[in-house]
Amino acid sequence: MGTHETTETAEPTEETVDWETKLRYFLNSDFVRSSPYWGIPFVLMGIAVYGGIGFNVAISLTDAEGLTPPDYSNLDLEMYSAVLGNDAFLQAAQNNLVLLVVFTTICLIFGLFLAVLLDQGIRFDDKIQTIYLLPMSLSFVVTAQMWLWMFNRQNGILNIIVTAFGFDSIDWLGNPSIALGAIIFALIWQFSGYTMVVYLAGLRSIPTDQFEAARVDGASTTKTYLRVIVPQLKEASVSAAVVLMVFALKAFTFLYALTGRYRPPNGTDILATLMVRQAFKFGKWAYAAAIASFLMLMALGVIAPYLYYQYRQGSL
Amino acid sequence: MSRSTSDAGIDVAGLVEEFDLARVGHYALIVLFLGFFLVSLETGIMTALKTNEAVARSLPFAPPTGEGFTLGNLRFAFERLSGSFFNSLFMAIPATIGSVLLGSMAAYGLTLVDWRAQMGFLSLFLIGIFLPYQAVLVPLARFWNNIFPLASMLEPTFEALPFLQGFHANLVPLIITHIAYGIPICTILFRSYYRSLPGSLVEAAKTDGASITKIYRRVILPISKPMFGVVFIYQFTQIYNEFLFAFTLITGADTPQAVVTLILPAVGASTSGIDFGIRMSASFLAALLTLIIYVAFAEQFAEGLRTESG
Repeated sequence: MGTHETTETAEPTEETVDWETKLRYFLNSDFVRSSPYWGIPFVLMGIAVYGGIGFNVAISLTDAEGLTPPDYSNLDLEMYSAVLGNDAFLQAAQNNLVLLVVFTTICLIFGLFLAVLLDQGIRFDDKIQTIYLLPMSLSFVVTAQMWLWMFNRQNGILNIIVTAFGFDSIDWLGNPSIALGAIIFALIWQFSGYTMVVYLAGLRSIPTDQFEAARVDGASTTKTYLRVIVPQLKEASVSAAVVLMVFALKAFTFLYALTGRYRPPNGTDILATLMVRQAFKFGKWAYAAAIASFLMLMALGVIAPYLYYQYRQGSL
Repeated sequence: MSRSTSDAGIDVAGLVEEFDLARVGHYALIVLFLGFFLVSLETGIMTALKTNEAVARSLPFAPPTGEGFTLGNLRFAFERLSGSFFNSLFMAIPATIGSVLLGSMAAYGLTLVDWRAQMGFLSLFLIGIFLPYQAVLVPLARFWNNIFPLASMLEPTFEALPFLQGFHANLVPLIITHIAYGIPICTILFRSYYRSLPGSLVEAAKTDGASITKIYRRVILPISKPMFGVVFIYQFTQIYNEFLFAFTLITGADTPQAVVTLILPAVGASTSGIDFGIRMSASFLAALLTLIIYVAFAEQFAEGLRTESG
């Protein structure tokens, strides 16, 4: 065995290191010796995530429906063109886009506002933070029930407030042109604590002398925040935005739990609810799988630039 | 500009007053938002304690008074949910332990892999976190129902086990599903912790000739106790609260194997509408466990959220 090593040091050319040595080195490397640790979780996760995605694409190319199993001998893109030509899909995609943009934007702004509010050296700030973040610890199924009651036509708090000001009561979830806005409001209630926590961590990592320097220069508090502090929260904003946008794409549970049925309140159908309804109510497996592929692509459209950004920042 | 000129003329007492006013306004805003975040929870609890008549007559956030107070709705909701609490715990505890342990192992293993390969693996794990589960629902249903019907294979075994019924076997595919899809987030949470540790720790153990398993058991596990707390709290809350996988793999809220979140949207509903006294009672009971855990371990929960997007 030792001869191999001496020849290797004497003549470090490709030919002299035979494949057995290479294999031995490879097997002794950290990469291989640590493989049981990363390998087992990786394989399980890989089958579930990437096997699942592949399987989904395969089903979407068939005509599987009802009880007939997918027939993989006759694959085509028929389902994809059927999906794109369907008005329900386009409407759901539009609602989804509105949800994504409005929900993400307001959550970020409101969360930043809350974070700034709590970052002024006030008392009990950790207790207050705990309460602001509390909705995030609840299941969407539970919060949907609470908001169903808040939005109730007769006895809901929101209508009590509205009628107290002399207006007519509003059918928050029954009016298709208001329902999506009402749901976005409830989701902001649940998620703004999350953006607050992310921003608060960002704010506290900024050295305090920057505030003082800005103050010495005569900048007002508002100006200090807008010109000096907020630009430094870019990284926190990007990661929070990605989490919120991907959530907006897949938000299903809250909408389902509002009605307890496959169809969410009128005017709030998004791709996730449409997909689940087509699959599990109507048994249109291939069609639903095609919708799911579009959803996956949109999520990748958000994640891929984020991963690239993180990689460039060196914070991956 | 006009502000600074007017400021110049104000005496010290006026300045102090203005400062105090700003402070009062600041605290008033904070209290206002406390109300904003708590009002729906408070309303839910108050409604849960009222008779149907009181629910219809009184303000939703007002506490129940005299005749209007009842524990009947809570009792009814508890009976409706009682079996499902066991199901939820039976599902969430092993699923949490499994995904947390595998995530910690994966994160440790990756720290020993060279940088280039790590990037590749990490990207694959990160995509796994953000994956919309809709993209795998049809395959999941097909896999567990048609290709590998593990639940019906295990049913006779579960029949024979103490404390369990045959139908509990239906929760096993759900447990495995939660473990598999929970691995990415757990891995990323642990990795960010292991990355913050001094690299010399593992290096020193390695030069001492410790094997990779020994380093994990003697060095990594003892120092990652706080992170285990964070990931465990975070992951348990997520899995206990989860709905979509349960909805896909367990058919119907009326089945005996249904978990809490699956039953909740159907409790107290009838043709004449929703009985909110019962629905709010059930919601409160469903949320109670995660609420207690959250109040006790709020810092760990926040840490989990921070690290996820870090």
